[in-house]
Amino acid sequence: MGFDPKAIRKDFPILNRKIRGKALVYLDNAATSQKPSSVIDLEKSFYETNNANIHRGVHLLSQESTEMMDLSREKVAKFIGAASAHEIVFTRNATEALNLVAHSWGRKFLKEGDEIVLTEMEHHSNLVPWQLAAKAKGATLKFIPVTPEGTIELEAARGLIGPKTKLVAFTAMSNALGTINPVPELLAMAKKHGATTLVDASQWTPHLKTDVAAWDCDFLVFSSHKMLGPTGIGVLWGKRKLLESMDPFMGGGDMIQEVWLDRSTWNEVPYKFEAGTPNIAGAIAFGAAVDYLNKLGMEAVRRHELELTEAALRVVEAEGQIALYGPRDPQHRGGVISFNVADIHPHDVGQVFDSEGIAIRAGHHCCQPLMRKLKIGGTARASFYVYNTLEDVSAFGRGLRKVKDFFKVPAEAKHG
Amino acid sequence: MAEGDAELADLYRDVLLDYYRSRAHKGKLEPHDVRGHGVSPICGDEIEITATRQGDRLDKLRFDGHGCVISQASSAMMAEAVEGKSVPEVLKLVEAFGDFMVRRGPMDQMPAELEETKALEGVRKFPARVKCAMLSWNVLRLGLQQGAAEYQELGDREGT
Repeated sequence: MGFDPKAIRKDFPILNRKIRGKALVYLDNAATSQKPSSVIDLEKSFYETNNANIHRGVHLLSQESTEMMDLSREKVAKFIGAASAHEIVFTRNATEALNLVAHSWGRKFLKEGDEIVLTEMEHHSNLVPWQLAAKAKGATLKFIPVTPEGTIELEAARGLIGPKTKLVAFTAMSNALGTINPVPELLAMAKKHGATTLVDASQWTPHLKTDVAAWDCDFLVFSSHKMLGPTGIGVLWGKRKLLESMDPFMGGGDMIQEVWLDRSTWNEVPYKFEAGTPNIAGAIAFGAAVDYLNKLGMEAVRRHELELTEAALRVVEAEGQIALYGPRDPQHRGGVISFNVADIHPHDVGQVFDSEGIAIRAGHHCCQPLMRKLKIGGTARASFYVYNTLEDVSAFGRGLRKVKDFFKVPAEAKHG
Repeated sequence: MAEGDAELADLYRDVLLDYYRSRAHKGKLEPHDVRGHGVSPICGDEIEITATRQGDRLDKLRFDGHGCVISQASSAMMAEAVEGKSVPEVLKLVEAFGDFMVRRGPMDQMPAELEETKALEGVRKFPARVKCAMLSWNVLRLGLQQGAAEYQELGDREGT
């Protein structure tokens, strides 16, 4: 069975919406994805027929809820090639997963003088937690520089990662530019010096096949809502021994084994890191999102997005007066087109797209240091997913032309 | 006209686009008596306002920096409205503009000096853009109150 975006679109009720009188063209997938009926229906049916709190309940509903959440955890583990569902910690989002590592691993294992190596293209969520941890422990942050084309300077990375490096944490794919980073090369450099490794796969896992066993990294984070699942559920995957060696993140119910008035012992992983009632319905519906992606096949998802990206790059090229950021080679970028139109502010660009019912994002994309490095205030960003079509790419081109017409961009104008 | 186009035309009225393209008040005055510098990290906007005084009145005002159509047009309109006015009069105009833009006050009660800013009415329907219109006014207010000031737009706050 071929990959049929027209059929896929029928599974996403929101795509029937009219925006300002026009059919919705949703190109803000790097921010969050839309949800198929199977995900929405499972979350609804869970509340209508199975809802109860998990663990320790002797009644049938609690048993069902627990089993459904366990099943979802197993699906997620399998989806990323994890050795066991015990390595899947459910969090609120990727940001919380990163904070968990920075706190529970960082506060325990970082020492004064240690170096944490990040890149200049990290989302604020893979930067700010490390600033906090470094400050608390007297560690130093080092940054692998980004080229004007928006790629990693691998040679510089070789010089930065050394015997003092305790952690190398980086994004597999830039949310702001779509750059696909050389994950295996960076991991190899880190491992050569015995550093712990963390991959932010928030933009990778929804779009490309993830295999933590092949990468052999130590931690990987991503979130459900960017991969067809509900908001409010994210994942920290970590090697089991490493997770077991870490201190808890938050204290409370479910994360403990035994509690006395003056002390407690911890539950086994992953529950040690899941204090309080989790997003049960969200975690369960996330399983349906994983099922949906498995049905499509991640290789097919990537092929489809590559086709759309190549078409969009051709549109940008033909249009002129568009500053494009990120690698020109579609093999090295995800389905993300980050751009500026002449000297028009990205928010004005986004507003004109909105008038055509086309949803794109505009701004710094939570990457202020990267924007500063590229000497821009922000960009407009269109990003694709499974339900986007070549017609959506045409709509993107229509949006670009309307921006230029509306703001009367002179033909000879140079972009900045 | 299609629904989206009508809303777009209402937001970006012709008069607003004219002000956006106008260079009349762009630049920096040296020397100056008043300076305000402001950033809106969410938008990546930056504005520097310099002004000279003659007695208790603002003589010339210039703004520099970069921003969207709304913030640039609003800055140009502000420059036009406040030149030649006394400091208390300017602060009253800033207050009145905030009443119109943020507190959505009635247009018929706006001072005559703010007549042109009525073209920003369409911005009020787009809450995310109200802060764009307010940036330069907030920067000028702080500049006048403190002589020289740094203003930073915080999060999604819409300013005064």
